[in-house]
Amino acid sequence: MTSINSLTPWERMEIIRHKQRPTINDYIPLIFDEFIEMHGDRLFGDDRAVKGGIASINGIPVTVIAEVKGRDINENKETNFSMPHPEGYRKALRLAKQAEKFGRPVICFIDTPGAFCGVDAEKRGQGEAIARNLLEFMRLKTPVISVVLGEGGSGGALALGVCDVLGVLENSLYSVISPRGFASILWKDASKEKDACGIMKIAAENMLELGVAEKVIDEPPGGAHNNVEHTAENIAEFLLKSLNKKMQISIDVLLKERYTKFRKIGEFIEE
Amino acid sequence: MLEDLLTVVKTRFNSAEDSEAEAKAEPKRKAVDIPSDLLFKCPRCSNIAMGDEFVKNLKVCPNCNYHSRISASERLRLFADKDSFEEFDAGMKSKNPIDFPDYEKKQDELRRATGINDAVVTGECTVRNERCVIGIMDSRYMMASMGSVVGEKITRAFEYATKHKLPVIMFTASGGARMQEGIVSLMQMAKTSGAVANHSDAGLLYITVLTDPTTGGVTASFASLGDIIIAEPKVLIGFAGRRVIEGTIKQRLPDDFQSAEFLLEHGFVDMLAERKSMRRTIAHILKLHKNSIK
Ligand SMILES: [Zn+2]
Repeated sequence: MTSINSLTPWERMEIIRHKQRPTINDYIPLIFDEFIEMHGDRLFGDDRAVKGGIASINGIPVTVIAEVKGRDINENKETNFSMPHPEGYRKALRLAKQAEKFGRPVICFIDTPGAFCGVDAEKRGQGEAIARNLLEFMRLKTPVISVVLGEGGSGGALALGVCDVLGVLENSLYSVISPRGFASILWKDASKEKDACGIMKIAAENMLELGVAEKVIDEPPGGAHNNVEHTAENIAEFLLKSLNKKMQISIDVLLKERYTKFRKIGEFIEE
Repeated sequence: MLEDLLTVVKTRFNSAEDSEAEAKAEPKRKAVDIPSDLLFKCPRCSNIAMGDEFVKNLKVCPNCNYHSRISASERLRLFADKDSFEEFDAGMKSKNPIDFPDYEKKQDELRRATGINDAVVTGECTVRNERCVIGIMDSRYMMASMGSVVGEKITRAFEYATKHKLPVIMFTASGGARMQEGIVSLMQMAKTSGAVANHSDAGLLYITVLTDPTTGGVTASFASLGDIIIAEPKVLIGFAGRRVIEGTIKQRLPDDFQSAEFLLEHGFVDMLAERKSMRRTIAHILKLHKNSIK
């Protein structure tokens, strides 16, 4: 079953950048029934970098919120290469609050190099939008399960990552900043991206070690694109197991455990 | 001669060249208190002021009102009632979660130069006799980036305030998440925001004061979550680095982009407050909240 992934983080980066890497648009019909898309943040607009809606999985109604990588240049133009603006995060929050109202669990899919960096994003409060999601998801009174599909870059990923259980696809990478950004800022040389990948501890197994993720979701040999159906089955299995576990816990305990999950991350000494 | 002096002053000040990238690069600045006999060249308006005049003006540019960076101890002296401060967790030091080369060595140097063990000082104090929990970030320490220690100290400060039913005042300044700690630093954003949520759910007041520069992962977490958000005039506040955005759009951004005034205009801060009136402003707000019907 689970074999140890012997690929380097850089090799995995090549897999998740592969043109055929499945996106949320491939997975939704394979994982969920009756997905109905919902649009807009009710404040400014509809950000296509974030897709949201309601659906069911194995008969359980859920709210689905996902960052959308494009499969070609046209889709990428529409979804801004999966880099949300503030209205994308606010749409996510609106749908999460709606899920809370109707007692539906929330399933989030993370797949972004990061939140968009631009003039309009700043004007509309990119920082505030992400911060608000972190705070509100931390106290959202319904189970939240998140999955990293490919790239999970910085606060733009974490805005959909405050959850009760985090699953990471075997070849996905979750990082504080893209390896390129890391190299460019710390070493003043963006071309050292590959070296950055090597030291940043961004691979799925690192997420388990550091207490960031609870589960590594298997991909077929060579990556998810080699068997999308099988990968979708693995994701669905993870979601169902997590839902069954978390839906049985009282909301008070659920929220305490969610807080504790993040509360204990940090490495320091006291003198 | 004058040129030399200016260079000295310039290198001693945190040049406000406003880029997250630069902020995170932690240039080798000497973190020392500014001698009052030197000159201050304002990074915003290039005005040159005599050092002692500048210090007397609380390190605010007498020409354009730019509120320059000050250390946590200077801030504390200006803000808290005399001898009222009791520090929390002063001895906490970070480990090296991703084994980043020379991380410990760099920190040892900074500890010697600044006299603090990481980028935030937290504790309890009074302001005009009003009790509060306070956190002050110090940009001299790795541009006050948030790693394990900053995250843990801020979280504990909120937990203490929640337990003792106290308001929290956070003076923020930061280049963002501390990349040298990898994903662990990103998670501090969630951790601190969770602590803010619990404090807020207890009906308690949280005031943030955004100071120069507040950017990246700190803007995208506890700095933006105050019930009341105050900014010092002319400071830099933003999410993305200015140069990153300029690189994307291939044009220069206006000078006031991501300034405190820019945020006020776009609805992301409640008010600007001058350093010299910060004690009065915040004490006033604290008093109004104490007398509310609850
Ligand atoms: Zn000036």
